[in-house]
Amino acid sequence: MIERRPILDIVTHLVLILGVALIAFPLYVTFVASTQTTQEVARAPMSLLPGSHFLENYRAVLVGDAANTPPVARMMWVSTVMALVIAIGKIAISMLSAFAVVYFRFRFRMFFFWMIFVTLMLPVEVRIAPTYKVVSDLGMLNSYAGLTLPLIASATATFLFRQFFLTVPDELVEAARMDGAGPMRFFKDVLLPLSRTSIAALFVIQFIYGWNQYLWPLIITTQENMYPVVIGIRRMIAGGDAVTEWNLVMATALLAMIPPVAVVVLMQKWFVKGLVDSEK
Amino acid sequence: MATLSFRNVKKTYAGGVAVIHGITMDVADGEFIVIVGPSGCGKSTLMRMVAGLESVTEGEIAIDGKVVNDLEPAERDIAMVFQNYALYPHMTVFQNMAYGLKIRKFSKQEIQRRVENAAQILELSHLLERQPRQLSGGQRQRVAMGRAIVRDPKVFLFDEPLSNLDAKLRVQMRLEIQKLHRRLKTTSLYVTHDQVEAMTLAQRMIVMNKGVPEQVGTPAQVFDKPASTFVASFIGSPPMNLLPVSVDANRVVRDEDGAALQFSAAQVPAWMANRKAILGMRPEHMALHADGVPLNVEMVEILGSEQLIHGMHGDTPVVVRCPVSLTKDYPVQIGEAIQVGWDGEHALHWFDPETGKRIEG
Repeated sequence: MIERRPILDIVTHLVLILGVALIAFPLYVTFVASTQTTQEVARAPMSLLPGSHFLENYRAVLVGDAANTPPVARMMWVSTVMALVIAIGKIAISMLSAFAVVYFRFRFRMFFFWMIFVTLMLPVEVRIAPTYKVVSDLGMLNSYAGLTLPLIASATATFLFRQFFLTVPDELVEAARMDGAGPMRFFKDVLLPLSRTSIAALFVIQFIYGWNQYLWPLIITTQENMYPVVIGIRRMIAGGDAVTEWNLVMATALLAMIPPVAVVVLMQKWFVKGLVDSEK
Repeated sequence: MATLSFRNVKKTYAGGVAVIHGITMDVADGEFIVIVGPSGCGKSTLMRMVAGLESVTEGEIAIDGKVVNDLEPAERDIAMVFQNYALYPHMTVFQNMAYGLKIRKFSKQEIQRRVENAAQILELSHLLERQPRQLSGGQRQRVAMGRAIVRDPKVFLFDEPLSNLDAKLRVQMRLEIQKLHRRLKTTSLYVTHDQVEAMTLAQRMIVMNKGVPEQVGTPAQVFDKPASTFVASFIGSPPMNLLPVSVDANRVVRDEDGAALQFSAAQVPAWMANRKAILGMRPEHMALHADGVPLNVEMVEILGSEQLIHGMHGDTPVVVRCPVSLTKDYPVQIGEAIQVGWDGEHALHWFDPETGKRIEG
């Protein structure tokens, strides 16, 4: 809308400011809470000014204190490994399978494509019991493999890459054949560089997906040193009589937010490009 | 440098659709062959079979005497220029041209030398570091040709390389391709649907129709003695006028309504007596206001120094091409009935009305 009316400008800004406040205020409260002592946080109207225990709280959380919680640093590491392996694994597998489905004519090609497609209807939550059985029989409980492998297969990403590959002109394949490039060479030299932006967009989405996994790690991990940070937060909120150290919970929550935010911010340019334009 | 030969080459698609019905011909070393025909005539399929991008159903294609039916495109030592250029969008001009050499494991210095040499021939030297998207259509086309040149292949294949360019650039690139061929003398196969391109570039041309080569010959042969009504109506701009007629024993030519067309008996060969035929007349070989065919003028197109007079003889459209200066004092009016005849210098063309084939004495 290209309308020059001051009143509209003011309204738009008000709406935007309201939106930002709505999202930013809880974050601010979280930050404030993470700088206070347990008692201060528990006080009825909590102070909205930052307290003086910032370093203390964060050190306690990262290194781990006596109060039966593992250090968050370890949990962040587990989460990072898990999110990275899931994101990279998903992209690798789905690119290769899309490559096979689009560029090779083999028996039952469409059958396999539909098989992949059908798995869209079977997210982790639906197949969780059989998957758990398989993973536990393979002895992969409490391991990175157990955490990541079942989440790597991705119909969505395969489908996305398939659609992208279909837009790559046939002449490019033919030109590569004339130039003497074999299939994998074509994949590496032509398709991969062309899908850069799609890969970036998918990486961001899948990293966050992996980072936010809760149910699956909850089931598959029983040892504290294999807990991802999302579970760590849940475990810090004590039930029953025990006192929840909300200041530490808040600090952990903020720490847990950093990697996804960093990924989004760092890859923002590519991410938007990948979602918006269809580079030839 | 190589010869190219087709031995009864046929192509049938999996569904049983036959697109090429048997082509046999030999291309001499260094020859520039143009395959021309309307869309769907199988010309691109034929080229893609030479390239190895389509399988050969029957027959043999040989390059330099070696049958290549079962070879991969890369093993045939050919290079192809695609209609939409098919440049790798993420590589620079240099990388685009070097890619084929890189895969073939040429040394760095050799790649550098060849690419620079080709770039110089094509006047691309100052663009080597650009990406395709930063180039104009004509420049992209030149890069596509450069990619073919650096390989120094036995055969060049051009798949409608100029059809994405605007009219002016097309004429310019046509000349450049001609110059290039004169310089490199590589055997070339060039597919187009544009008969002007075919006439100007070809040393020999193949006119294809529905998977059959209707005529193979030099542009002059094809133009002067079209082998069929199809070739006659495809080559030449505007195309040849085709009039269904019958010739009686006295060599009087009559149209479908039985009215006599006033051609002198001398223009009608003796072997045409007593038969039905299709009479072919090139628009530019017709004479205005001469004895011959009565015409109702429907439209006059002025092309500058020349004009096209479109009219109807009965139900058959007839076009006459003549200089504007000829009618300077008495411009032809729309709706006017005029007589058009034959210039007498060229022979009339006769075709069999059933088969469409040319009738020779």
